[in-house]
Amino acid sequence: MIEINNLYKRFGRLQVLNDINLSFKKGECIALIGPNGCGKTTLIKIILGMVLPDKGEVLFDGHNISRGYQYREQIGYMPQIGRYPDNMSIGQIIAMMKEIRQSKLALDEELMHAFRLDELSEKKMRTLSGGTTQKVSAVLAFLFNPDVLILDEPTAGLDPLASEILKEKIIKEKEKGKIILITSHLLSELDDLVTSIIFMQDGNIEFFKTVEELVNETKEVKISKSIAQILKKQHHE
Amino acid sequence: MNRITKFVVINIIRNRIVLIYTILLALLSWSVFSLEDNSSKGMLTLLNVILLNVPLVSIMFSTIYIYNSSEFIELLLSQPIQRWRIWLSLFSGLAISLTIAFLVGAGIPILVYSPDKLGFMMVSVGILVSVVFVAISMFASILTRDKAKGIGISIMTWLFFALLFDGIILFLMFQFSDYPIEKLMVGVTAFNPIDLSRILILLHLDVSAMMGYTGAIFKDFFGTDLGLILTFLLLILWIAIPFWISLIKFNRKDL
Amino acid sequence: MRLISIFFLSLAFPLLLISRTISVGESKLFSKLQLAFDAANDGDSIIVFGGFYVEGNLILKKSVHLIGKNLPVVDGQKKYEILSVKANHVIIEGFRFQNSGFSSMTDPGAIKVYNSKFVTVRNNVLDDNFFGVYLQYCKNCVIENNTIKAYGIEEQQIGNGIHCWKSDSLYISGNTISGHRDGIYFEFVTNSLIEKNNSDSNIRYGLHFMFSNNDDYIENTFRNNGAGVAVMFTKHVKMINNIFEENWGDAAYGLLLKDISDSFITGNSFNNNTSGIYMEGVNRAIVENNSFASNGWGMKIQANCMDNTITSNNFINNTFDISTNGTLVLNTFSGNYWDKYEGYDLNRDNIGDVPYHPLSIFSVIVENNPPAMLLFRSFMVTLLDRSEKMIPSITPDNFVDNSPLMHSLSL
Repeated sequence: MIEINNLYKRFGRLQVLNDINLSFKKGECIALIGPNGCGKTTLIKIILGMVLPDKGEVLFDGHNISRGYQYREQIGYMPQIGRYPDNMSIGQIIAMMKEIRQSKLALDEELMHAFRLDELSEKKMRTLSGGTTQKVSAVLAFLFNPDVLILDEPTAGLDPLASEILKEKIIKEKEKGKIILITSHLLSELDDLVTSIIFMQDGNIEFFKTVEELVNETKEVKISKSIAQILKKQHHE
Repeated sequence: MNRITKFVVINIIRNRIVLIYTILLALLSWSVFSLEDNSSKGMLTLLNVILLNVPLVSIMFSTIYIYNSSEFIELLLSQPIQRWRIWLSLFSGLAISLTIAFLVGAGIPILVYSPDKLGFMMVSVGILVSVVFVAISMFASILTRDKAKGIGISIMTWLFFALLFDGIILFLMFQFSDYPIEKLMVGVTAFNPIDLSRILILLHLDVSAMMGYTGAIFKDFFGTDLGLILTFLLLILWIAIPFWISLIKFNRKDL
Repeated sequence: MRLISIFFLSLAFPLLLISRTISVGESKLFSKLQLAFDAANDGDSIIVFGGFYVEGNLILKKSVHLIGKNLPVVDGQKKYEILSVKANHVIIEGFRFQNSGFSSMTDPGAIKVYNSKFVTVRNNVLDDNFFGVYLQYCKNCVIENNTIKAYGIEEQQIGNGIHCWKSDSLYISGNTISGHRDGIYFEFVTNSLIEKNNSDSNIRYGLHFMFSNNDDYIENTFRNNGAGVAVMFTKHVKMINNIFEENWGDAAYGLLLKDISDSFITGNSFNNNTSGIYMEGVNRAIVENNSFASNGWGMKIQANCMDNTITSNNFINNTFDISTNGTLVLNTFSGNYWDKYEGYDLNRDNIGDVPYHPLSIFSVIVENNPPAMLLFRSFMVTLLDRSEKMIPSITPDNFVDNSPLMHSLSL
């Protein structure tokens, strides 16, 4: 469903993405991990059309994304730090997004109720804590029932309870056959969620493996440990 | 009105700075007209105020607003909306709000005290100048990602048009005082929207007589209906060109 | 000046003793004016009753007193000079003269007086004539309380309201003149008094004054004339308590003084003119107790003016109070009130303790480089003027009023 071919991107002297080739299919939940500045966010932003690649293409359902914007109707995006116009309330932001999307499909307001945001809808964005702002971002990402979910550090800043609610929601959506792309630092969080893992470093993809492959290779049950093991191995080679 | 534009307008109109700007304009305009004994004098005083402050507020407010909206722009970009539509909405939102602020603050008193051609011209010039500087601010803020730098560029742009440009003109006038440069000067003023507006209004006030021979040449140009239309067209170019360049840059920008 | 009128009356008195009265009008002795003129003897009175008289060019060669009753109308059909006076001791009053011929070859007027003395023209209405009253080589004549109106559009196609040439000892008073080329025109006229006239909306000058020495003009109003008032090539002129206002235009002046010496300008008010006074080649003039308000330039003093004294005037609300085109200052300013003065007065004697420099840097720039007026009202000019006020550098040091007043004079 999403295909990335020979993608290059350079910011000034820094080669952020270096010949990236990837392909995601329905029902996959992919974790995109790697150290800070490895190019994760840039890759996501290219998929979203926010950053334009120097070379290469991104195909969404077989169509090159540089020629359209409609494909974004099928993407829900939760940014790392969602910031919103200060003097709009939660209700207004959600209403605005609804108006912009004008989606005819049924809205998915499950998270909104789970986070109890509907009770806060009069609150201005500027008065919200980081966690609550993240909740708003999450609600917006899931609201239009998109086929693809791109979540940039979704659980950062969320309290454990909210974090758990979100995880459950992610699993639920994955089971509906959606593509879910998650970046995260916290490897431990990914255990029950992901089906594949992409490890990026310095603009290159170090590996792209399913969880099963990873477990088989390393004989570790925890993803975090298996990755650590792989990294160590590579380091020794 | 476009949906996003509507949100921008509502958002800006609630902004305290725009409210203060409106109130200040209103205070200035009403007091200027009630202090001066004839509306022509009031208009002259107000012209100075408008040509100094309106560009400053327009360019500064817009620049800061655009930088502060970078997250909002990102949010919109992840939605199924064309890029140009986002940028255009931002521009029209800013332009509409500042126009409303100007109309409420200065437009009403001007039209109350001088409900004639001159009054309408003054209001249109005020609106055009507001929008010109919104367009310039869009251009300035697309040049750099750094907010401080962007604001710096805006201040310098304002300073250039409000002050330095005239200094350069004065310098050129003295350098070339042996040549008949009046006609050339008509062309040169086209490069400064503030000068363009100032001269347009001055020539329709009775102080134009003081401009003597130069004024006569200018009157031949600006005083006629054709000149009036041309001036307005030039001001519109001053809106279109900076905005258009900024739009091209925005379309290619990584966010 | 009343003495002059009494003097005129006393001259007329002996003539009255032997005079007849001739009536002109319908069912009167004469129905035509010209017949009455021919029949009359010196010293007669001719009473003309209301009616319409169209007789081409009337020529009056007798010293008579012409009296119009109920405003008889004398019409020149736009072809003729209406009344040519070629006799001394004539009085013309109570007529309406209209539609004189229009010709710049012969300069026809409603009333034209040739080489005569003691002619009085008073209380007439002159409407739509080429020239109104035209005096040449005249002496001791009076033009008084006439209403002179024309409808000129272009300078070349209309004559002057009151035109005086090579004359002496004239008294022109209480006339209202509008729509002519020049309201009042004086060339080579001496020892005369122009008083209480109202000259407005003439195409060129309200008063045009050349080579006319020792004349006074007092309490006249000159309003909204194409180029204001011009006084040129003249000595010993007194201008007292006149009003110059709304002479506004590219080349308009309240009062244009060119090559004038030993003049006395006092008690006048200059309001809403492009330039209140424009002085060129003016020497030894005293400008005193005048009010300059709301003009573009209060006074423009060219550098070729010398030894003028400008004292005790009010300068209020002018765009530029003073401007000059040179650095040499040979004129004296003292004890004026300048509304732009920002000094202080510690000893409370109503004289500012800091000298005032009335010359703004922008006015100097504009004088040297007229296109710079383009920058009028720009922010830069405001800043420039401010800084020059604090640290004078370009404007001449000695262009200064050392005793500026703190409060305006009541004039």
